[in-house]
Amino acid sequence: MRIAPAHQAGIGAVLWVALALPPMQRALTATMTLQMLVQIPLLAVAGWLVVQALPRRLDARLSAWDRSGVSGLLLASLASMVWMLPRAMDAAIDDPWVALAKFLSVPLLVGAVLALSWPRMGFVVRGVFLAELVASAFRLGWLYLASPVRLCSNYLLDDQQWLGKLLLALGVAISLVLGWQLLWGRIEVERPHRQGPGTA
Amino acid sequence: MSVLRTLLASLVILAAGVATLAAATDGFRAFTTETARRLDVREHPRVLPPAALQTARGDTLSLARLRGKWLLVDFIYTRCTTYCSLQGTEFARLQNRLARPLAQGGVVLLSISFDPVRDGPSELAAYLRRSGDRGTGWIAARPTGRDELATLMQAFGVVAIPDSLGGYVHNSAIAVVDPAGRLVAILDWDDSRAAERFVTATLTP
Repeated sequence: MRIAPAHQAGIGAVLWVALALPPMQRALTATMTLQMLVQIPLLAVAGWLVVQALPRRLDARLSAWDRSGVSGLLLASLASMVWMLPRAMDAAIDDPWVALAKFLSVPLLVGAVLALSWPRMGFVVRGVFLAELVASAFRLGWLYLASPVRLCSNYLLDDQQWLGKLLLALGVAISLVLGWQLLWGRIEVERPHRQGPGTA
Repeated sequence: MSVLRTLLASLVILAAGVATLAAATDGFRAFTTETARRLDVREHPRVLPPAALQTARGDTLSLARLRGKWLLVDFIYTRCTTYCSLQGTEFARLQNRLARPLAQGGVVLLSISFDPVRDGPSELAAYLRRSGDRGTGWIAARPTGRDELATLMQAFGVVAIPDSLGGYVHNSAIAVVDPAGRLVAILDWDDSRAAERFVTATLTP
């Protein structure tokens, strides 16, 4: 069953507003794990859904600047790197302006941008994205598990180590799914809609 | 054309992204709030507010009255049973090593409680006794009110969060205040040698 783009955008907008409600914000920043593995991913999902209502024409215009989804991948990666800084997660709790920046940039620069760029990405670019996702999960998970000091002033050490374990588990899970896909799944190595000659 | 446009867009995104990351980490120097706090204090010494304190002896003392001396400040709560209870031992060690400047009055050790509701003068006095206070140059005190506490924690950049055992987890450190009343450095709480070096280096010209 496919949901119409307008409905998807509606669901995304509701999710976005719901996440921004102060009690929800407090609940989802109560632990480091919730902020990093629930709140920030849900914000990205909200942006992904909202942008489904973008007119085709605009998407086509943007695609001229985003061949194979490379610009979008770069933008989404850099924006999510900012919100992976322990300092940024701390500041999003202490400073309402930083919180606002998070609530705008994660949906728009990560979720929406990935939603637009993902269909443009070929096998290789998607592979780079997924490999980097797995690598980030392992890198950060290892860091949080191994660090003897608290990296966020607002969170406890056992919370940080719990997050580390979950990130390692997430890295393993994504790797397994990808491995399964590569071995037994259907993979489109070529992009489904090739551009005609001379458009490069 | 789309290759060139994508390249151009990517370069702009990369430049903006690196600039944002640099701004968010003080030029890739501070990735955690604690490092950022120490860096900021070192580069931009902060003048501390004249907050009022009540000491273990029961008398009131304004931070402003301590101007003209070097202060080594730590933030404590006396019920602490985990590693922060070692902060007291570290300060006792400092008291030992800095005996002369402390006796001359050029330096003062100051332990401020961030749990003033529970830490009255008698709890603070017990804390000093328990930690091995030798009676000279070490003041334990609590802020006189909620506002004073908030002002002090803000000024020193101290964050205390409740742990699951009814106590607190906090960013323990030794804060160095110069005679002009400015916070000039934040050192590791368990590195009393560094605090000692800092004081002796600045006191002996």
